[in-house]
Formats: sequence, C-alpha cells, structure tokens
Amino acid sequence: MSTTDFDLIVVGGGPGGYVAALRAAQLKLSVAVVEANHLGGICLNWGCIPTKALLRASEINHLLHDLGQFGFTVDNPRFDFGKVIGRSRAVSKQLSSGVAHLLKKAKVPVFDGFGKLAGVEGKKRKVEVALKDGKSVTLKAPHVILATGARARVLPGLEPDGKFVWSYREALVPDELPKRLLVIGSGAIGTEFASFYRNMGSEVTLVEVADRVLPVEDEDISKLARTAFEKQGMKILTGAKLGPLKKSDKDVTVEIEVGGKKETITIDRVISAVGIVGNVEKLGLEGTKIVVDRTHVVTDELCRTGEAGVYAIGDLAGAPWLAHKASHEAVMCVEAIAGLHVHPIDVTKIPGCTYCRPQVASVGYTEAKAKAAGYEVRVGRFPFIGNGKAIAMGEPEGLVKVVFDAKTGELLGAHMIGAEVTEMIQGYVIARTGELTEAELKETIFPHPTISESMHEAVLAAYGGALHF
Amino acid sequence: MAIEILMPALSPTMTEGKLARWLKKEGEKIASGDVIAEIETDKATMEVEAVDEGVLGRIFVPEGTEGVAVNTPIAVLVEEGEAVPEASSAQPNEAPSSSKAAAPVTAMPAPLAAQTSAPAVNKGTRVFASPLAKRIAKDAGLDLTTIKGTGPHGRIVKKDVEAAKSAGPAQAMASAAPVGGTTAHPLSTMRKVIARRLSESKSTIPHFYVSVDVQLDALLALRTQLNAASPEEGPDAFKLSVNDMLIKAAAVTLRRVKGVNVSFTDDAILEYNDVDISVAVSIPDGLITPIIRQADRKSLREISVEMKDLAKRARAGKLKPEEFQGGSFSVSNMGMFGVSSFSAIINPPQAAILAIAAGEKRPVVKADGSLGVGTVMTTTLSVDHRAIDGALAAQWTKAFRDVVENPITLVI
Repeated sequence: MSTTDFDLIVVGGGPGGYVAALRAAQLKLSVAVVEANHLGGICLNWGCIPTKALLRASEINHLLHDLGQFGFTVDNPRFDFGKVIGRSRAVSKQLSSGVAHLLKKAKVPVFDGFGKLAGVEGKKRKVEVALKDGKSVTLKAPHVILATGARARVLPGLEPDGKFVWSYREALVPDELPKRLLVIGSGAIGTEFASFYRNMGSEVTLVEVADRVLPVEDEDISKLARTAFEKQGMKILTGAKLGPLKKSDKDVTVEIEVGGKKETITIDRVISAVGIVGNVEKLGLEGTKIVVDRTHVVTDELCRTGEAGVYAIGDLAGAPWLAHKASHEAVMCVEAIAGLHVHPIDVTKIPGCTYCRPQVASVGYTEAKAKAAGYEVRVGRFPFIGNGKAIAMGEPEGLVKVVFDAKTGELLGAHMIGAEVTEMIQGYVIARTGELTEAELKETIFPHPTISESMHEAVLAAYGGALHF
Repeated sequence: MAIEILMPALSPTMTEGKLARWLKKEGEKIASGDVIAEIETDKATMEVEAVDEGVLGRIFVPEGTEGVAVNTPIAVLVEEGEAVPEASSAQPNEAPSSSKAAAPVTAMPAPLAAQTSAPAVNKGTRVFASPLAKRIAKDAGLDLTTIKGTGPHGRIVKKDVEAAKSAGPAQAMASAAPVGGTTAHPLSTMRKVIARRLSESKSTIPHFYVSVDVQLDALLALRTQLNAASPEEGPDAFKLSVNDMLIKAAAVTLRRVKGVNVSFTDDAILEYNDVDISVAVSIPDGLITPIIRQADRKSLREISVEMKDLAKRARAGKLKPEEFQGGSFSVSNMGMFGVSSFSAIINPPQAAILAIAAGEKRPVVKADGSLGVGTVMTTTLSVDHRAIDGALAAQWTKAFRDVVENPITLVI
C-alpha cells in the first residue's frame, strides 16, 4: 500500500461505513475503508437483504398454495430448499460485489482486515489494521468513523450450538427445513424468521416475553399481526417465560409458562432473536475518552464520540438498529466533517419495516406513546377491506392507522400492516419530515387504484370521515 | 448553478431604469427575500429582492448606471464555492432566455409605506416555512418573518417556531402581565420599511430646516366664506379643510419657486414638471403618503374631495401603488394635535418636506404698528442641502407665507 494517509478512515464496510466512504469521496475527501469480513456488512450479507430473498420465496410458496382463489390449479407444488437458500446467498453475493464495485469506482481503497484505534500522531489519529494475510498496516487520518455494527445478543442457555440453537446467521443457511421450530423474540428479526419458516411449511411457535408480538409497534398493529399469524397456523405465546432447553440427540424440549400455565413443547430447532449487542470489543477504545454504554458507543447528535475526531455511527452507536439509520448518519457525519451544514437525526422520523406476511411498517409515535408524551391525539384508521386494489390483489387484510396532534395537525405517527406497506410508508415519512399537516395530506391526490389510497382514507378518517368505509 | 439576476420591470410600461444602488457587495451571502438593489425610474424607487439564495458572485451593472434595459443581466448569484462567471451569458439586447425559470427577482415598491393592502404578513417577501411551522406560528400569533429558520436551506421548521414561542415573545408575556422587562412586538413589514427608509434618509441626506410663522386669519376667513357657498347637500357639496388649502398653497408656491420641486441625483438635479404633493396620512401602525397629483392646477374643491377619498382608502389599506408612489414634495400636518412646531424627515427621492404645526392665537403686530391677536402657525421646511441652498429655501418659505396670507391666490 503506498498511501496510508487519509482525510478520513472508516472502520467497518456495512451500510454505515461504505456509505460514509462514498459520500466522503463525493466531497473530495481522501478516504479509506477497513472491513474485517464482507463489504455490505450484516445488512447485505446476513440481514436485511438475504432475509428478503428468503421471504420472497416463502411468499411465493404461500401463493402457490392459495392459487385457487385466482382460478389456478397446480398439482403438488414443491420446492428445493437448497435452491431457495442458494438464491438468497447469491443475492447477497451480487450486492456485496456491487458495493466493492462502487467503492472502486469512487477510488476508495479497502483494507481487508480488523481495524482499531491506535493513538494519535501529531494532528492525526492512527488506525492499526490487522490484515487478513497476517501483516499489519497503520493508517492515519484526522477523522475516524467507527461503523463496526452489532451482532446477535446471546443469552445464557441459548448459545448457538451449531445444531439445535441458531442465531440469525445459522437460520439463514440451514441444511434442511426444520419440521418444528421455536422462535424466541418477536421483534423484527424473530418475526421475519417465524414468517419465513411458517410459510415454507414448518410448525412454528413464536414466544415473546412482552405481552404482545412486535412490541415496539402500535398495539392495534400487534393485535392484527397476531391474528394473521395465528390464522396462518403459527402458535403465539406472549408474556411467556421460557424454561431451560433440554436437548436430546434428536430434538429439544422446553417448558414455557404463560400466565401461570405451563406447557412443554418439543422442537427440532430454536432461533434466538433476543436483540443485538454492539461490536465494541478490540476497537482500541480503552484508555480513550470514548464512552461505551451497554455495548454501544455514546455519541452526540452529530455522531461525535468523547474523543475529538472519532465518530460512531449505525448499530455501534445505538438504537434504532436499522441500516437506513446507519446510512443516514454516515452521510450526516461525513458532511459535518466536510464542513457542510447538517441536520441531526430525529428518531421519530425514521421508518421501521418488518417483512413478515402481512408486512408491517411504521414511523413516529404510536398512539400510546403520543398520549404518554402529552399529545392530545386524533386517530384515523382505514382497513384494506375498503380498498379496491387490495381486494383485487387478493390482499384484503390490512390496516392503516394515523396519529395526529389534535392541536397542530402534525402527523405524529403512522402504522401500517398488510400487503406492500413497507413500500408505502415512505409517503408518511416524507409528510412527517416535511412537516406536512393533515391539510396537505387531505389535499394530496392519491392514484387510483392503489393500496396507497388507504393512506389517504386513514387521514380523512381522522378528520371527519373516510369515503370508502 | 449560477443564476443571473435580471433588470426587473417595475411597471408594465417600463423599458429601462437606473440601477440606483447596490445594497449587497460581491461575495456577500444572499438569503431569499434580501433586498439586493434599488432601481429608480422617473416615477419611483423600487427595491429588488432576491428570490433565490446564494452568494452575489459578480455585479455586471455598477450602481448609478442609467438606462439599464429591462431583462439585462445585472448580476449573477452563485452557490457557495461555485466558480463565478466572468461575464453575463446573455448579451443585453438578447431575448431573455432564462427569464421565466430563473426569474430571479421580484420588484417590490419601496415608498414610505410599502404594504397597504392585505393584512397578511410577508406579502412579497416569500418566507420558507413548513406547513406545520406556519400553523403553529399562526396559532401562537408569531410573525414568521421574525423567526430564523434552521431547516433545509434555512426553511423555518417546527423546532424554530417552538423555540421562538418559548423565547417568550409578545403574546406569552402579555397575558402574564409582566412586571418590568420588555414586551416584544414583532416588526410589521411596513414598520421595517419605514425604519429603513427614514434611517437612510436621515443619515444620507444633509437636512436643514427653515421655519416661518404664518398668519392664518385671512385663509380662515376665506375658508368660511367658501364653505358657506357649498350647497347644503348633494354631489357638489364640499367642506374645505385648512389642510386642503395649505396643500394648494404649497403647490402654488412650488410653481413659483420651482427649485424646491426637485430630486437630487449624482449626476443632475431633476426638476419635476408636475407638482405632485405627497400628503402624510397616519394609518394603524405607520403612515403612508397618498399623492395629490398636479395639485397646483386643481381647484380647492377638487383637492378636498380627492384628499378625503385618498385618506379614507389609505386608512382602509386600499390605495393602489401609483396613488402613493412618486410625488415631488411632501406635506406633513400635525396641527390637529396642537403641536406648536416640528420638523419632518425628507421622503426620498424628494428634496423637501413641509411640516405644519397648529394654528394658535398669538399676539401679532399689525400693519399700522398696533398690537393685536392673530391666528398664527409655525411651518418648518426640511430641505436636502445637496439640491437646495438656504437662500432658495428662505425664498420658498417667504413665498409660501405670502400665498397663505393673501389666500385669494388659491382660488384664482
């Protein structure tokens, strides 16, 4: 390597890190990326993207078993599970090499190795990279962005064992479809795996310690999600206490207590999806002014750590653990370094999507959180059954719920469940980011026939009445 | 992208004008809504407002340039850090290709009082604010023009309005009946224009003042006589005020002493062919100067009827721009408030203004040398010394006194 001096070093090549590097290159900063595993990070290799490929397959499997409503008859639809998994891996590979190509095009050097902070030399920070070939190189730059991401939280007794107990990682590359599956945790990750395996044909039990599934979503949405999952044959246990796993050589038995009632189930596989922890280890944070709180680096609103010139973005810097939050922080952080005027992120303007069937998407305050924050709210709901396109598509189950500040007309939050809602939520995100009120939303003309019309109707429902329900 | 600023047309008939003054320098940051230059026509001085934001990259037409054709690029606005074009892309005589899309300026009239019609704030000054920010500001009674935006491109967002709200402006404090401290009343657009124009007048025009006491008895007697001649009612009925007669007196005097009916410019003193009297009228939160055009040629009755109409519409905010823009000389009368004397600030680009105080009973020495009682008022002429010297001002005040004290002139 001829050059080791840069304006900016980005440690981690995920959706936070590689985006930071691309933006820095656009702004004519000299920048390098240090990546220990795969470009694209968890998102692209072991998260967002491969799960979407799997969920697409499970959705097709569902449709193949539901063709009668469209007038088709298909005898004995089958799938090759190895090919389903193979396609998911191929998609990840394609996109990961896409990131490599983008960085190459932007002339951003990538150091394949594990980077850590290694002190200061003059006005520059040093980052020591243990390269994959065993050598090491020291890079220097006045600015360092840490974007090392996060990994699955491991609870005692639920450690991935390579056989019965999986984290998301093993769950993405199974050898065969488990017959009976227990999913622990009904956040986005757990729910997506539960949905995938159920729609592929596994018997799925989803357990959640909170009193409802998807506990960060609005209560109405949790309720509808549960109903839909149960209709698909999923077993749901909320407010559940899990006993120790009892492993035999062929399966696992576990006692689950719900409301004082105990039941014992036997399963072939267990997916543990009980949250994530930040990758803060071995980053050279010891002895610096960088503060770590519960595995996450503490930053200010502009992603600055306690150490001047060192920034942390994405999962490493805390919730919400979303790729698009990491990418946005990346751009903001780099622009601030380049001296541009930036706007801090408002977490109530970050959408969240879960790609289970039916899909769930939301932004901003739930009704309960809005009330807890002291807002007097106006709520509108519109069910998909009143939407022509949804019925024509054979997707009549869904709901759009909007929460407005009754005083100002501010759209505080929007919560959706049903077909394609993950593609539609951005409409409300734009409204919330642009600070539109109910007046502009009411005046917006939505195309007919689209499922998005239900977004308009929900607003009308909050202010005097939907037209089609 | 560089945006050319074109010479605006201040009226449908305007083909060229004088670029009177640049208010921004090359390299200065411009926010949309900033007044960047002043344009003069024979009739009025108008302000040019920036529609876009950026940096004033280069000035193509230096200030003081006369006969600048409409749509000629006068400057270029660039983004920060962007290269500045050496010269304008369009030749002055070329058709203005970019005039619609880029149309980077709006002309805004800048008389003493700019805004008279709609009560809506910011008319003509585009304020960028989110719909939510606008609504919260409206509900809180906050003027968005007083709030600094921190959103994209300086857009005012909810956070800014909330901050302004909690900063405790007028509204919040009014209800709390504060002890001590101050209560902030946000400036209206009119107040801002008045503040700027008059500061500019007083700080750039070398004023001097000539006072003269004028005996009113003859004029009052004539007024009584004339008013008695009015029909009781009907379309021809009239009731002349002292002010109507003094407007006419000033107009007649200006016709006699033409050197005061002028404007000073860097190259020439412009003498107006017509005598157009701007009459200061007090309106809520400011004042405005409707104009009696060619007042020297109008009868007292015409002036009286027109003045009543103008004053009424001025207070209702219904004057058309041409009714208060322009004028060659101003009259400000505070007699009705019992003021014994005052001096006024010149209304640019005019060169003089007459301040009229109250008529009072004062001891006077009559022609025969005996002492008597007369109705006397003190009038003060404020003069732009660049255009008018002391002797000329004195000549004017003497002529004015002669006209008022021999008011028969007013009806000839």
